[in-house]
Amino acid sequence: MSETKAPLESSERFKPVATRRDFLGLAAAWSAVAAFVMAMLGAMRLPMPSVFPESNSRAKLGRPAAFAKNSTTYFPKQRLWLFRGEDGFHALSSVCPHLGCIVERKEGGQFSCPCHGSKFDVEGNLTGGPAPKGLVSVELTVSPEGQLVADTLQEVPRGTVLNA
Amino acid sequence: MTKDDKGSTATVETSEARDKGDSPLREFGANLVSTPREFRDSVVRHGKPTSDRAKSQVVMSNFFLHILPVRIHMHSLKAATTLGLGVATFVLFIILCFTGVLLMVYYKPAVDQAYGSMLDIMNVVPTGRLIRNVHRWSAHAMVACVFLHMARAFYTSAYKKPRQFNWVVGMGLFVLTLALSFTGYLLPWDQLAYWAVTIGANIAQSPREVTDALGVTGVFDVGGVQKELLLGAHMVGQEALIRFYVLHVVVLPVITAILIGVHFWRIRKDGGMVRPAAADAPPVAPVLSAEPAPLKTYGLMGLMKGRTPAVNLELRNTVTAWPNALYVIGAATMVTVLSMLLLGFWFDAPLKEMANPAVPENPAKAPWYFLGLQELVSYSAFMGGVGIPAIVVLGIALVPFLDREKEDAGVWFSGKRGKIVTLYSVLFGTVTVVGMLCFTVKFGWLRDWEATAHVPQIVITAFNPGTVFVALFALWSIVVVKVTRSTRMGAIALFTCFLVGFVILTYFATVHRGPNWDFYWSQSDWPVH
Repeated sequence: MSETKAPLESSERFKPVATRRDFLGLAAAWSAVAAFVMAMLGAMRLPMPSVFPESNSRAKLGRPAAFAKNSTTYFPKQRLWLFRGEDGFHALSSVCPHLGCIVERKEGGQFSCPCHGSKFDVEGNLTGGPAPKGLVSVELTVSPEGQLVADTLQEVPRGTVLNA
Repeated sequence: MTKDDKGSTATVETSEARDKGDSPLREFGANLVSTPREFRDSVVRHGKPTSDRAKSQVVMSNFFLHILPVRIHMHSLKAATTLGLGVATFVLFIILCFTGVLLMVYYKPAVDQAYGSMLDIMNVVPTGRLIRNVHRWSAHAMVACVFLHMARAFYTSAYKKPRQFNWVVGMGLFVLTLALSFTGYLLPWDQLAYWAVTIGANIAQSPREVTDALGVTGVFDVGGVQKELLLGAHMVGQEALIRFYVLHVVVLPVITAILIGVHFWRIRKDGGMVRPAAADAPPVAPVLSAEPAPLKTYGLMGLMKGRTPAVNLELRNTVTAWPNALYVIGAATMVTVLSMLLLGFWFDAPLKEMANPAVPENPAKAPWYFLGLQELVSYSAFMGGVGIPAIVVLGIALVPFLDREKEDAGVWFSGKRGKIVTLYSVLFGTVTVVGMLCFTVKFGWLRDWEATAHVPQIVITAFNPGTVFVALFALWSIVVVKVTRSTRMGAIALFTCFLVGFVILTYFATVHRGPNWDFYWSQSDWPVH
């Protein structure tokens, strides 16, 4: 008698959205789903590299004295141009910021991309085509033994010049 | 169940021999003699498929045939119903698995050996050239067949209830087929492979255009994560090659095989091939052949979808799958295998010079089915390479849920009105896309005009000529829905426009784009360099 009365009372007072059994069952099922999803996400962490094969993005380009004033040198392996102007060195990446092709330097000093026709002026600024931005200015430093070092993964603001 | 007479007499003989008290050695001898027959009877448990009952048993008791129904509607077997495209696609998948495993015997997924092993396969390995050619041409053919199969299913309304989910599974298989082709494209490690995949990987990175514009790339860099997952590096190199290899030979084929299983299973569960109501009307063939009553009686029960009980209606205009369906499947299989062998025999799959990360191929053209997208990314990478394909795939996948009209299912183009809408949509799509391409070739795009040369990047990203097409196509299909008062007609209009846009862009990028992605009337006009 009391057994039939109790649930009636509780249903009137609390109006439960689920019985305890439903709740525990659903909680168990969703815990299993959550555990599976987390395990899969954890497994997907594996293909995300923590060290890149090109982690040694720094390359020695040579002694500053080796480059004449107002000269331009291309380094195909590092994919960059080294410019020596009147007041120092700066470097531009030759990788097109659109879809990663190697841009060509025209006779006037402008750049153009063979893949989708993006165009850049002599300073690497975007002048036409689908690229979202200009060519990357690559960071230049001088190593302790006096060599120019370029780090292709480090971008510096346009117009940054290294006096060396 | 139905042992033939000889089998039963043999059993009687041996038991008689035992009763006489003969030596077990004689029984052994008799068993030895009858072993081949016993073995056959253990594999095939029915007699010759001469009666409808035995033909049913052939299909039901064979693992490889049991995906077929026992009886199949005659409409499903007509060439004009399916054009055999689904079977052809499946056969191509099997050819690709078979030739792919053979190629794996010699192929080495290492940057310093991959190209060399390709040269070996082409020049030294016995039959290597033919096997590679067949693999390459079958890959192209599979993409083509998937496209055509999808168009067939669309124009015959095969996506409608209860087949909506199978349409979505089909879209999944479509994307997987493209992914299989794309991952296979890198493996030869030639110039074309290297630069096409460089472009592809950078398209995967292109959501950065959006996150950069919003200034959130630092915390939320989807594009960067996608590219790193794909390449395992910043550039296409050894890491990328091994990843593409694993995806191409294990991950994607396994997922594809599972989805193909689901796709076939659902065809059965959804009531077989879609057919027009007219195909059920008058019985045109004798339903069951006369046969002696079986010793044991069987009840043939079929589950039918429908509201009224109908006795034997499921058998009307059907024939046994053995051998009728097998003839049709066999014919499609032979045509497919033969065409691939002939293609592979006569035409060599291209292999350019070895990949050179310093000098891009110019023009670096993706395989034909991606060239339409490549044309669009030449205006802006994110919208052309990610945004528009995603909208189109999603739009096509949602068609069965937006168009639920039940009339004229199974009829090509849903009848005369649909043919007219298709024709007008071809016209509209052609005018729109050709007009747009002429415009951009003649006048350029946003960055080429004084007024818009310096608009923010987000505008360049979003306002792709492709965005304009898709918007116009959507508008056109809404107009068609309004005029015809039919969502099916609207769906036909949209799908036709997408198809026409794809064909024209593919043609345009294949024929009229040359070095620097400039416009040329033909390849003979390309500058010599």
